[in-house]
Amino acid sequence: MENKTLRRFFSFGASRPHGGASVPHRKNTADSESVVMPPPERVIIAMQQHIGAPCEPVVKPGDPVAVGQVVGDTKAFVSAPIHASVSGTVKAITEIQLPGGQKTKAVIIESDGEQRVHESVQPPVIQSREDFAAAVRASGLVGLGGAGFPAHVKLNPPKDAKIDTLIVNGAECEPYITADYREIMENSWDIMSGVYAVKDLLGVENVIIAIENNKPDGIKVLSSIADNSNDPDNQVNIKVLPSRYPQGAEKVLIQATTGRVVPTGKLPSDVGVVVMNITSIAFLSRYMKTGMPLTTKRLTVDGSAIWSPKNVIVPIGTPIKDVIAFAGGYKEDPKKVIMGGPMMGLAMVDDSLPVLKQNNAILAFDEKEAKLMEPLPCIRCGKCVHACPMKLMPTSIERLYKAKDVEGLQKAGAMTCMECGCCAFVCPAGRRLVQSMRLSKALIKNAPKKEAKG
Amino acid sequence: MEKLFVSSSPHLRSGTGVRSIMLDVIIALAPALIASVILFGLRALLVTAVSVAAAVLAEYLSRKIMKRPNSIGDLSAVVTGMLLAFNLPVSIPLWIAALGSAIAIVVVKQFFGGIGQNFVNPALAGRIILMVSFPAQMTKWTMPLTSFSGLDAVTTATPLGVLSEGGEQAMPPLLDMFFGVRGGCLGETCAVALLLGGVYLVARKVINPIIPICYVGTAALLSLAFGLDPLVQMLSGGLLLGAIFMATDYATSPLTNWGKVIFGIGCGVLTMIIRQFGSLPEGVSFSIVLMNILVPYIDRLTRPVPFGEEGARQ
Repeated sequence: MENKTLRRFFSFGASRPHGGASVPHRKNTADSESVVMPPPERVIIAMQQHIGAPCEPVVKPGDPVAVGQVVGDTKAFVSAPIHASVSGTVKAITEIQLPGGQKTKAVIIESDGEQRVHESVQPPVIQSREDFAAAVRASGLVGLGGAGFPAHVKLNPPKDAKIDTLIVNGAECEPYITADYREIMENSWDIMSGVYAVKDLLGVENVIIAIENNKPDGIKVLSSIADNSNDPDNQVNIKVLPSRYPQGAEKVLIQATTGRVVPTGKLPSDVGVVVMNITSIAFLSRYMKTGMPLTTKRLTVDGSAIWSPKNVIVPIGTPIKDVIAFAGGYKEDPKKVIMGGPMMGLAMVDDSLPVLKQNNAILAFDEKEAKLMEPLPCIRCGKCVHACPMKLMPTSIERLYKAKDVEGLQKAGAMTCMECGCCAFVCPAGRRLVQSMRLSKALIKNAPKKEAKG
Repeated sequence: MEKLFVSSSPHLRSGTGVRSIMLDVIIALAPALIASVILFGLRALLVTAVSVAAAVLAEYLSRKIMKRPNSIGDLSAVVTGMLLAFNLPVSIPLWIAALGSAIAIVVVKQFFGGIGQNFVNPALAGRIILMVSFPAQMTKWTMPLTSFSGLDAVTTATPLGVLSEGGEQAMPPLLDMFFGVRGGCLGETCAVALLLGGVYLVARKVINPIIPICYVGTAALLSLAFGLDPLVQMLSGGLLLGAIFMATDYATSPLTNWGKVIFGIGCGVLTMIIRQFGSLPEGVSFSIVLMNILVPYIDRLTRPVPFGEEGARQ
């Protein structure tokens, strides 16, 4: 039964992404121009706003701080410094619990409302690739699409990796979220100069800007700025993709745009590709001009419990309830508040948590939308199997998890799951498949390691 | 603020539920039910009603006795009851129809854990049990369209019975067979109604057409190989009812597309072998049930290679 040739034969040819789900778009805020929020009374700057090592606070209670000043840093490579988003006084260093459940230190700054800019905020001087990488790190940039992977690590691929393609991710496939779309509509020239800066740094001659076909105005804007006069050698191409979730997931996007498949446990750089979020790219070009690190973030505020859905630009660390109050407040008592999109976002226990760098949406749902159906027994309809972009069999993995079969779970490829949520979205029995996937991965990670064979 | 719901992502659902899927199957079965009433008279409706009522009651009572949540709301018992009735001759004593439904629901479905857990199709297993228990009543075929003439029901043979006996009686013309004017179980005869239901299920994405196409296609090819008329083979017996509504049962068919191909071909081969070489005139029920049993193995054989592992495992 483990005949690999047979199994490979039975896994249909894989030149385009498998599965996915037709999620509703609900891009209600696509035409709402971003509104800039004034500094709140206080901000809570978490020391973990990225994948990697947490930062340590480098300020003490009582210290005066200014916008752009480093308040948290670490020597670890996979990490990014964290900056003050308001000017004022450090009130306290506390511990907060992030929506994912992990605890982290946080710097609480009371704002003086003046938004004084710190003297360290100067355009970076860049003469070499090393300077560029250092500047990217100093900017505090992490993947703004939601993953929060430190950008300087991504832009510093291993020496032996031959990168030939830069993919700029403007797919924004999650329902509701229009933060990247507004970046395209409002700051398209920043995107183009960012693309050229990163392209030159990486030494690649092929740039693909990927966008879903449900954003015709965005496609028009991008096509006009990537035309011949700005892109004489035609190195930047717009790739219009069908709007099918999860088109913007890194591995899916790489396959959809280049046909390349990133092997399990490998990175995009292993297939010659670097993928960057479109807002990250635009931020980088602004940073090169002004030296202002990542201290604000555009968020889509939407959902059935929100009075007037819109896009807002807020200081990082602003408590979510202040963001919602600024956006017009709740229409009714929310029953679920989500950080991120409805497919992969995290449900929060209350709305006092602060905005993080990688956030791109806050959604508040009323009772009807918040309450999910009670799970029924699996009817083996196979919809999850056909929806999984990673070609897993979620219903089988759920069964293996119930049996706590670690070896079976590994064979079934549970670790390949990226928790995109397609399986649970399509499940007619309302089974909590993503939850089972997460528990399965934890089970594999925590299982006692077997002795390595010969 | 009151307490918030906290749950794992995703926080959005497609809206398709088990109940809506079952409702689609019931809608797809409706044309064949209407056809059966036209062909065999109101008794067809009565047999179906009794069978459905018995299935729902059996589901309700067995869940109650086992102290499990009531599940009649998912409508799967209604589907089982309808399918079983469609596999019975119209003259069947009502108590036998009710007994078949109760066996299908209690023994084949609920004993193994309820919806999604049964390893063979409940309606087919119920029919097979009735076939071996009450062979005389289960093979008493009524001539269609005689209920209107006011005469007592006229008995006849099924086309497969005719072929199997060596052709003493005349075969009905092909067009009559297409519209269901032939002897047979009450829901299996009207090909056009069954095809209509199948198209509806495919359009609603309730079923994938792979199994019916592979099943009927294999049966047609083998008929040619055996020197039989493929059209007669397709339009006789329970082939279309089985291929469209029974072989596509979620719980007892493979999850993967290649698995569905193997399953459909397997059903077709077994059906034609039984029809050609077996002592029974018809083999659809047994073929599907035999293939049902192989489903876990087919699923394991055709498990897709996860994304990014094709290269990694070489």
